[in-house]
Amino acid sequence: MAGINMRHIVKKYGDGFPAVNDVSIDVADGEFMILVGPSGCGKSTLLRMIVGLEDISGGDMIIGDRKVNDLAPRDRNLAMVFQNYALYPHLTVFENIAFPLRLAGASDSEVDTKVREASKTLELDEHLDRKPGNLSGGQRQRVAMGRAIVRDADAFLFDEPLSNLDAKLRGQMRTEISRLQKRLGITTVYVTHDQTEAMTLGDRVAVLKRGVLQQLASPRQLYANPGNLFVAGFIGSPPMNFLPATVRGGQVELPFGTVSIPAEKVRDVPEDKLLIAGIRPEHFEDASVVDDDKRAKGSVFTAQIDVTEWLGNQAYAYIPFEADETVKAQLTQLERDLDGDAMRNQLVVSLDSTSRISEGDQAEIWVDTRQMHLFDPETGDNLTIDLANAGEIPAKNDPEASARAEKTAAQAH
Amino acid sequence: MKQKIGLTTGILLILTWCLLPVAWIISLSFKSQEAITNGSPGFFPSPGGTAGFANYSDVLADEQFRRAIINSIGISLIATTLSVLIATLAAYAIARLEFQGKKFVLTTALVIAMFPVVSLVGPLFDLWRTIGIYDTWPGLIIPYMSFTLPLAIWTLSAFFREIPWEMEQAAQVDGATSWQAFRKVIVPLAAPGVFTAAILTFFFAWNDFVFGISLTSTEAARPIPAALSFFVGADPFNRPASLLAAAAVVATIPIVIIVLLFQRKIVAGLTSGAVKG
Repeated sequence: MAGINMRHIVKKYGDGFPAVNDVSIDVADGEFMILVGPSGCGKSTLLRMIVGLEDISGGDMIIGDRKVNDLAPRDRNLAMVFQNYALYPHLTVFENIAFPLRLAGASDSEVDTKVREASKTLELDEHLDRKPGNLSGGQRQRVAMGRAIVRDADAFLFDEPLSNLDAKLRGQMRTEISRLQKRLGITTVYVTHDQTEAMTLGDRVAVLKRGVLQQLASPRQLYANPGNLFVAGFIGSPPMNFLPATVRGGQVELPFGTVSIPAEKVRDVPEDKLLIAGIRPEHFEDASVVDDDKRAKGSVFTAQIDVTEWLGNQAYAYIPFEADETVKAQLTQLERDLDGDAMRNQLVVSLDSTSRISEGDQAEIWVDTRQMHLFDPETGDNLTIDLANAGEIPAKNDPEASARAEKTAAQAH
Repeated sequence: MKQKIGLTTGILLILTWCLLPVAWIISLSFKSQEAITNGSPGFFPSPGGTAGFANYSDVLADEQFRRAIINSIGISLIATTLSVLIATLAAYAIARLEFQGKKFVLTTALVIAMFPVVSLVGPLFDLWRTIGIYDTWPGLIIPYMSFTLPLAIWTLSAFFREIPWEMEQAAQVDGATSWQAFRKVIVPLAAPGVFTAAILTFFFAWNDFVFGISLTSTEAARPIPAALSFFVGADPFNRPASLLAAAAVVATIPIVIIVLLFQRKIVAGLTSGAVKG
């Protein structure tokens, strides 16, 4: 067992395109690290560099206390679960799991003990004599994991292991992976584009955009203190609302009216400048269901409700608004970075399920301004960040290097 | 229903068309020489014209024929083994590696496969006599390989391309060297392709007549098809048809055995279950 230390890792392809650009991540021994980001952000490439299936163009990859840059995959002692499982179809489940042991020249009795132990852990006992072709998706997934846990590998690497399963099975396997990792206490690097997996599984999460590390923090820190617009927009579902905002004398002017904000939040925020305010849907509420005590801690505004969706445990209301051109341009760029759906200029508000607000109403909405973030529209930086609780943000540590990396990434695109 | 009757009739017609000559050869091989010379119509030997297995024992007793069988089996097996071995390695490289001149190799291979056999016989005859491999096994194995390799490479590289890259990568992460990954994972998965290539190569070598008759002069290397044409009885104007028929049947048997053995290995869909489809 060992930690994985990535120091200024760079991956450049033949045409000079930097798929991974100056990424430094230190995975502690026994830690569950998630690499997350939209497609093309370099997360899989980074994982493949750790395991040795991809050459490292620059930087140091240190596993335990060994520099592994030039070692072949077989010499790195890592176990990997592939996105499409990559089981050996000509071998039985038993032989699939035993494969790494047989290569290592283990004796038959040792192979037998270890394989049976792994199959017991993964509940594969009755399938040991079957071929992978006759197994269901979840069973194949477990065989792939069995092949990983049967060895005494230094670390587990997962490359989007659940993306081929259906939603229900995905949930089950997610808890299973989590339980397994906790029990074995093994260093794990897990690549995903699914933020539910990122939030639920990881001790820490590294958010990547176009090969550049944006923020490295615990799920809670990422959610509460996103380092920039990109992280704020990527983490959370439904995503954070972004509105044009101007700070004037301790008050924030939003399209729906002016709300007051705690003074310590806006200490470093420039006044009279057009900013982007970020508020999560759950930080709004129907003012009529908020008790007075709580109400005093936020602000209330009135808005015309366009559409509502009632889901049983909660409800969503949609409120359209007009955005300034600068803000619009930045939000369009953000949407492109997230390779997500077109963000319409509307506010998504999560309401209590007992709320009686319906479509077309002029409703009073309460907003928890303590949870509001303000972003610089030019750089995308979070101006209201609580740095003590935001993990690592490379752009804050070394702004110049980070700016350079961002620039090359932007040019390549 | 109508369609079914049509289909059955069609199949029967085609089967008859294809198998009648074979059946006739078998029928001939059981008739005595006299019966054939005198004219023996009818599929089954007439009473008194039956030779039983006499023709077969005569054929097998013939030293020339026995040598020809050994030559054919030896030459075909060696050519097949070498050709499949080389083609497997070449096809793997073509399917997996990016290298300069990859396209050139593939097109050249195709051009060679298209080359008319007859046009090569003259030059080869001269060449082989100069370097001293005329009328030897290698003298036949080499031309057979050069004609079957392209086909085998094309077949196999198509099979290799079907095997997901991840299989090898998984093997390498599991601790295999490139060679172990190739031998323990890729080759077993490509087995249907390997056997297809083997059958095609064996057929070509076994059935060849042009090289067989032009590049040999004695029974040192003469294969069956060529040997059959030299099978003349006591009277050159009266060829021993029943003996020839028995010899032809004997010559077909190895092919039947090989096909039966190999076709079991050609199971489609062996890769199913490797990756999520």
